[in-house]
Amino acid sequence: MQEIRPRNNRQTDVVILGCGRVGSRLATMMDGDGFDVTVIDTDSYAFRRLPETFRGRTILGTGIDEDVLRRAGIEGARTFIAVTNDDNPNIMAAQIAQTVFRVPEVLARVYDVERANVYAQLGLKTICPTATIAQLFHEQVTQRPHAPGASSGS
Amino acid sequence: MYIVVVGGGKVGYYLTKTLVTEGYEVLLIEKDAAKVQTWSERFGAVVLHGDGCEVAVLEKAGVARADVLIATTGHDEDNLVVAQLGQNLFKVPKVIARINNPKNEDIFRRLGVMFTVSQTNIILNRIEEEIPHRPLIHLSTLRHADLAIVEVDIEDDAPVVGQEIRAVRFPPDTIVAAVVRENTLVMPRGETRFASGDRVIALTRRAHEEKLRDALVGDAAP
Repeated sequence: MQEIRPRNNRQTDVVILGCGRVGSRLATMMDGDGFDVTVIDTDSYAFRRLPETFRGRTILGTGIDEDVLRRAGIEGARTFIAVTNDDNPNIMAAQIAQTVFRVPEVLARVYDVERANVYAQLGLKTICPTATIAQLFHEQVTQRPHAPGASSGS
Repeated sequence: MYIVVVGGGKVGYYLTKTLVTEGYEVLLIEKDAAKVQTWSERFGAVVLHGDGCEVAVLEKAGVARADVLIATTGHDEDNLVVAQLGQNLFKVPKVIARINNPKNEDIFRRLGVMFTVSQTNIILNRIEEEIPHRPLIHLSTLRHADLAIVEVDIEDDAPVVGQEIRAVRFPPDTIVAAVVRENTLVMPRGETRFASGDRVIALTRRAHEEKLRDALVGDAAP
């Protein structure tokens, strides 16, 4: 996989770990916003999800390796977002970004609800899709007129 | 003393086995159902099926009353999470994490894990103790030509110290390509004398590597 050079040699603003459906979409959105984006993934085939118009960089490697993060330009980045499909690599990489590299804004996706809560209490910003999506479905269903507990007027 | 071990790979298995034999109260947590069954048949009811990175599983294992929690999986990110949950959520007095990639030893310390065991570093240290130094390092093999490029450090007790290159009995087809002395390159000539501390880079036939080493550093190599 060839690495695309950042335009104007500017510093990386955002490092995204994981180029799955969420990571690639997020990278594309932030690139469109004008941020300088670097995406990391262990699988070069994952980068196919980025559009041809993507102007950021891609780095092949694991996010729980200091040297890979350094190559991705984490030193000086403003934001680090960990969205691999696995909770623990996200948690570990996010903590490295926060504690070792002192990135000002760090976010991690954590599917496990309890684990997301524990790490949020420990000072890591976590987003838990499980809780969020369950809640969305729950709202949709319970707001229907004939749902149990809802006033149906009959 | 209650000890909880997370990860039933080779390390976790032998650790649990030893601890059970020594009479400790032990619980091994393992994700893989097949392993849980095999270990249960061997140890009895000291194996819990579950993901040790999940809070609910650790609760079920009674980690809150454990004296020691040991994370032994083959994945550093999993061991980190187990150790952090044990330390911060369950307040286990002693938490030990296995480190697979030696690079992570420093990271774990910075992320607050108090005790770590890096088996790679332990093995490396043992090897370095056993083999203090390797006098001849094979740098590269030139394919098709049967040639090798090797590097040799000349120590105080090497037989060639003070000798001129032309006086040394090298194996046939050997060329001393360079001598590095105090970080500067000395272009070797017949009258160049070897000195202690020299690093010699030479070209030789692959079959003659041992003879070349003997000629330069003697056959009393450790």
